[in-house]
Amino acid sequence: MAWFTRKEEKIGEPAPPEQRTVKTEGIFAKCENEDCGTTIYRKDLRANLSVCPQCGYHFRLSARDRLAMLFDNGEYEERDAGVAPTDPLGFVDKSPYRDRLIKSQRETGLLDAIIVGEGRLMGRSIVIAAMEFKFIGGSMGSVVGEKITRAIEHCIDERLPLVIVSCSGGARMQEGVLSLMQMAKISAALARLDDARLPFISLLTNPTTGGVTASFAMLGDLNIAEPGAIIGFAGARVIEQTIRQKLPKGFQRSEFLLEHGMLDAVVDRRELREFIASALLFTGPDP
Amino acid sequence: MISDESGVNQEKAGIRMTSREAESVGSEPIERVQLARHERRPYAMEIIERVFTQFVELHGDRRFRDDPAIVGGWAVFEERPVMVIAHQKGRHVRERQARNFGMPKPDGYRKALRLMLLASKFRRPIFTLIDTPGAFPGIDAEERGQAEAIAVNLREMARLESPIIVTVTGEGGSGGALAIGVGDVVLMMENSVYSVISPEGCSAILWKDSSRAPEAAAHLKITAEDLLALGVIDAVVPEPPGGAHLDWDLASDYLRTSWREALERIERMSPEELRAARYSKFRAMGRFEERL
Repeated sequence: MAWFTRKEEKIGEPAPPEQRTVKTEGIFAKCENEDCGTTIYRKDLRANLSVCPQCGYHFRLSARDRLAMLFDNGEYEERDAGVAPTDPLGFVDKSPYRDRLIKSQRETGLLDAIIVGEGRLMGRSIVIAAMEFKFIGGSMGSVVGEKITRAIEHCIDERLPLVIVSCSGGARMQEGVLSLMQMAKISAALARLDDARLPFISLLTNPTTGGVTASFAMLGDLNIAEPGAIIGFAGARVIEQTIRQKLPKGFQRSEFLLEHGMLDAVVDRRELREFIASALLFTGPDP
Repeated sequence: MISDESGVNQEKAGIRMTSREAESVGSEPIERVQLARHERRPYAMEIIERVFTQFVELHGDRRFRDDPAIVGGWAVFEERPVMVIAHQKGRHVRERQARNFGMPKPDGYRKALRLMLLASKFRRPIFTLIDTPGAFPGIDAEERGQAEAIAVNLREMARLESPIIVTVTGEGGSGGALAIGVGDVVLMMENSVYSVISPEGCSAILWKDSSRAPEAAAHLKITAEDLLALGVIDAVVPEPPGGAHLDWDLASDYLRTSWREALERIERMSPEELRAARYSKFRAMGRFEERL
């Protein structure tokens, strides 16, 4: 009796030489920085918090990975997980908004473009909200607005510090003016957080633009960004079309904003936890 | 009349219309956009000189410059001293350019905030008039923090101690409009529009084709009736038959009446009551469902 039995009678014909490939996706990643392009062992990349060990390029993180990275032992309790989007305008462009929602929900396993978690960061209780770019470009509609507002109100009630990790193209067009109003709603809640003397650290990641930048992302007691992130109000293409000029190199990157006085600091992802912990030591609330 | 053509345009654009929309003047949303942008539409200064007396313009943000795309100053509204802040478009080519087509830079929003804080300090009512294609998208605007300027206004308007009456008089262009748009009473003139993005911009992004603007205008729900139905505004200010551009005096009379009613409703509220009510108002905006 052979040790192995063949299930199929015959092994398939070998692929012709021109179709033979070595599958390395899932094993290796290529640095997305065009000037670098280093091939990185995926395990090493993850261990390095998705930062290229060669050039320091920060790969985009999913909301789940972001929270896992920031909270102690990656542990947190999710808040308001059941808040789900509707289609208030019955919006249809190339495909109906409803279909876009279902597709994004399948792809991300989330109901909308944000996760709010409560847990500990270097031992301190904290609420962290992280946006998911893969969900319709991380766009802000009613659900993002509502979950952030609830997170702020929860921080006020429980006297907790707040971190919001932005990663978004701006307000969600498919919910029209209701998306726009989320900017006012969240900002009003942040005024209350401010009145309550509780800290809000805004972390801007690649990209943070439009109505998200023009509301909560720029309203932190501290506005900090990861290196190389695109941050701005208007999109680069819109600006180029309006002023008919080429944009300067590095325009709307974190370092550009730092130079123009719009950020407190550009912080490497691998130092974020220490930075936030140190900030909370300064701001309180005292544990 | 604009509505005479609506049947044709409707077919061409393939837009489904509700009967309520079909009945109103300039019934197609894209026609409202055209009316809101009409070159004879009354701009802020024309309304201000008709409704208020003793308007004294104040200038500058105390930071960088005076932005001509936003005007502000004190005035008298029916014997009450008030602060008026408004987007200002230009009437002729040179003035249009000088006023940057009503598109403020951060300096404009910072001037607006400075004047609003001045009004709040002395507990004077604030009137804001919105009419902008949007905040200016340019290198200098980004360098000086367009996003930050808008964001700070949203937060600070939420806690001003004055009664605030916001009116969209023409184009309510996204964040650039909202940056002076957080108030206790929010009104829209009948043929004004208020949107998260221009129909052209939306069409270019979602359809990859800017000619689909009429469709985008319909889907985005940007007319005064739409916003009233969505609970975003409190009331619609009527316009003269055919639109405000046909009779500036009558359009201003309608505004005066609406503003009087609005002010009487809120002027006796304490700062605490105002702020609490303003918070609840914006807190309630948005549509979502709760799943278990």
